[in-house]
Amino acid sequence: MASPLHQIDYAVLQQCMHCGMCLPTCPTYDATRRERHSPRGRIALMRSVADGELVPGPEFAKEMSYCLGCLACQTACPAGVQYDALLETARAEVESSGVAQNAQRDFWRTLTLRGLFMNPSLLRLAGRLLRLFQRSGLQALFRSSGLTRLLPADLRRLEPQTPTVAPSFSDALIAPVENPPQGAARHKVALLTGCVQDLVFSAINRDTADVLLANGNTVVTPPQQGCCGSLHSHNGEPQLAAALARRMIDQIPPADFDAIITNAGGCGSHLRHYGRLLADDPRYAERAHLWDSKVRDIHEWLLESGFRTPKAAPADTPFTVTYHDSCHLAHGQKVTRQPRELLEKIPGVRLVELPEASWCCGSAGIYNITQPEQSQQLLDRKINHILKTGAQVVLQSNPGCHLQIARGLQKTNPSIQVLQPVTLLAQAYRRESPSSQSL
Amino acid sequence: MPLPASVLGALEAAVGAQSLLTRPEDLVPYSFDGTAALKTQPGAVVFPKTTQAVAECVQIARTHRLPVITRGSGTGLSGGSVPTGSDCLVICLVEMNAILHVDPSNLTLRAQPGVITQKIADAAAAHGLFYPPDPGSLRISTIGGNVAENSGGLRGLKYGVTRDYVMGLEVVMADASIVRLGNACVKDVAGYSMKDLFIGSEGTLGIVTEVLLKLLPRPSARRTMLAVFDKMEDAAETVSAIIAEHIIPCTLEFLDRMTVRCVEDYAKIGLPTDCGAVLLMETDGHPAAVAEEADKMAALAKKKGARSVSVAQTEAEALRLAAARRNAFSALARVKPTTILEDITVPRTALAGMVAYIAETAEKLRLQVGTFGHMGDGNLHPTFLTDERDADEMARVHQALDQIVDRTLELGGTITGEHGVGLAKKPWLRKQLGEASYGLLRQIKAALDPLNLLNPGKIFD
Repeated sequence: MASPLHQIDYAVLQQCMHCGMCLPTCPTYDATRRERHSPRGRIALMRSVADGELVPGPEFAKEMSYCLGCLACQTACPAGVQYDALLETARAEVESSGVAQNAQRDFWRTLTLRGLFMNPSLLRLAGRLLRLFQRSGLQALFRSSGLTRLLPADLRRLEPQTPTVAPSFSDALIAPVENPPQGAARHKVALLTGCVQDLVFSAINRDTADVLLANGNTVVTPPQQGCCGSLHSHNGEPQLAAALARRMIDQIPPADFDAIITNAGGCGSHLRHYGRLLADDPRYAERAHLWDSKVRDIHEWLLESGFRTPKAAPADTPFTVTYHDSCHLAHGQKVTRQPRELLEKIPGVRLVELPEASWCCGSAGIYNITQPEQSQQLLDRKINHILKTGAQVVLQSNPGCHLQIARGLQKTNPSIQVLQPVTLLAQAYRRESPSSQSL
Repeated sequence: MPLPASVLGALEAAVGAQSLLTRPEDLVPYSFDGTAALKTQPGAVVFPKTTQAVAECVQIARTHRLPVITRGSGTGLSGGSVPTGSDCLVICLVEMNAILHVDPSNLTLRAQPGVITQKIADAAAAHGLFYPPDPGSLRISTIGGNVAENSGGLRGLKYGVTRDYVMGLEVVMADASIVRLGNACVKDVAGYSMKDLFIGSEGTLGIVTEVLLKLLPRPSARRTMLAVFDKMEDAAETVSAIIAEHIIPCTLEFLDRMTVRCVEDYAKIGLPTDCGAVLLMETDGHPAAVAEEADKMAALAKKKGARSVSVAQTEAEALRLAAARRNAFSALARVKPTTILEDITVPRTALAGMVAYIAETAEKLRLQVGTFGHMGDGNLHPTFLTDERDADEMARVHQALDQIVDRTLELGGTITGEHGVGLAKKPWLRKQLGEASYGLLRQIKAALDPLNLLNPGKIFD
């Protein structure tokens, strides 16, 4: 079988005319000033592989892994290069050629990509076990006893990053169908609950549902949703991603809804490309295309479908917030204006612009696990900017960014809260009626 | 074929292991610059951090007779920093990126060559000063590259080009000696104006390792306008009328219909995609003068048939318009896989006729072309949209280029206004210069670089 980079439409590679406009927006080029760590440099490597001039080896694999996949280059590119598609193909090339394989990496990839994230009940089981471990005090004991020293070095580094699992998952908080309180539903939407979002931030899914209800949407939230496949697609497993996309389309038929709502930037960016992923599947191609046209980021949908400004403020005293653009919301989905516009409409909230707001925070999917050093540098840079704004709350809309920035602030200024805009909105709507309690 | 171990060892000693690249995965991305369809992998790339280290690298290259290609950010548009072969050494200056001194009293700025052009402008602005040259790639191009190519930009008509702002240079010569040319004096006639020889020399005479730049006071007001025309000729006539009124705006840029469509597709700033041409006009200076000039320019555009003239209401809107124009070339790449960009310049009065001639030539040869450029200074960028894998179409592109160059020279123009000769414009240089001056260029090269080590094969063979 021809390798992925040999099969790719060559015109997509040629689209890059190496003008260099991407260089100043690329965090890895900025950090190293080496062309191979730049978008046009990586595309040149991919083209060399496609041309048969370069055999993809460990260095090629390393380079494709070093890329954050933040897609800032795609926003900067005047020539319209589809860098996301190229990077996914190059990562698939790395996997299919086997150059990056080693026993430990294979074990973790199999456990996560092929195991946990292919199977929603398995992932939730893992979540429940982790929750038990965390809530029973075992984690605290494990940490304080120094037993973590027995872990392999990689795991020992990661262990403190383990997110705290939410007390209940989304389906315990959101009924499969919920109707707006005043009747008169104007739209019918499906709500995607995500994987990490579901396990760690299920309350944000509840907030999202509440905000949708307050804006006249009937909210359909199928329980036990699967992974959307973005992890797989971004990590060189297009077949698994396609299988998950089919499952998603079966579970949430796009024809039944006015919009399919996502509140996680990283997922949303992938969810809009099911058409590309399933283009060669005659049974699904058409529905995938329809699916893409229905996917909306929550902020985008609220403004597009007629937004009702909350009559109450989310807190008793006014406060200052700043907004971090998650890469895949800003660059992958081009949603930058809407979250800011919504925040400016919330009473009692003052928005100050964050310098370098759309510069990656270093979370980048599993990048903080695969490239800890670079990830930490980007986090430090982000936290510095946040501290300079003087904001009391940092808003963003992606679970990866959420965990990453919260971890960074934990060490520097734990009094700054990390939230998502829907949470502030939900809080404001809840405070409209006197009987409601604040969060 | 890698360079010999002894050479690599010496280079490593000069710059350090971290600053020497030799693996194919590291070298492939240094095979090209911003020019289409030119690609050659170098033998090694070094990143010196000091002038001394540059001189040491040149000495090593000289000892082993390696061609030396100097590179900044690799955004050149004539192939000036494209490597010559697997035996060559690329000296990349991006790590020499310090602004050494800003002197508001003498209105100068001293910087290393790897500083990004935008950072120079920002550093000047921080002192209320102004560095006018603004090439399209200023967000990533280096000042050293700008000097080597004598880059222009959108403000050429009023403010000139990079050459007009270089007061002094430090240069590593082909024999590895270090020379300092020019100084901070406004007047200086001590000997030949040697610094001028190196400005625009495209890395063939020496390696610029430090620049002393002239700054201006920052204009206190600026107004940016966009005029939309149904016909390109009307835009050109507007420009002539503005100049005839003795107004010298800082910017008079035009985009033809094809370019407007591509730019709008990328930037989505509401440009009208059904027009014949748009003209971006900008005037700066004293607020009263700016207001008067802007009103006159708008009136002249209307009189010459502009469908509409709109004024940018905010600084951000003005910047968006200018940025859209700067990205015109890259945006044209949306249409076809390969974009062949030209840089011909004709006397201003010949410009409208030249634009029409380009369109006719493209039509005759069944080619797609987008034309944009600096209407105020006669510098045009006809850009052919093609596919390098289509041999037949590429042959017609070259035919069209030959015809356009011939007409340019007939009109008393030049084959390149601001991109340099490099590899891309080499075939036509002799025709433009004539035997005597072409020979003079070669004599100078032979005198300063007798071993022909510095960027050999660029400008001429």
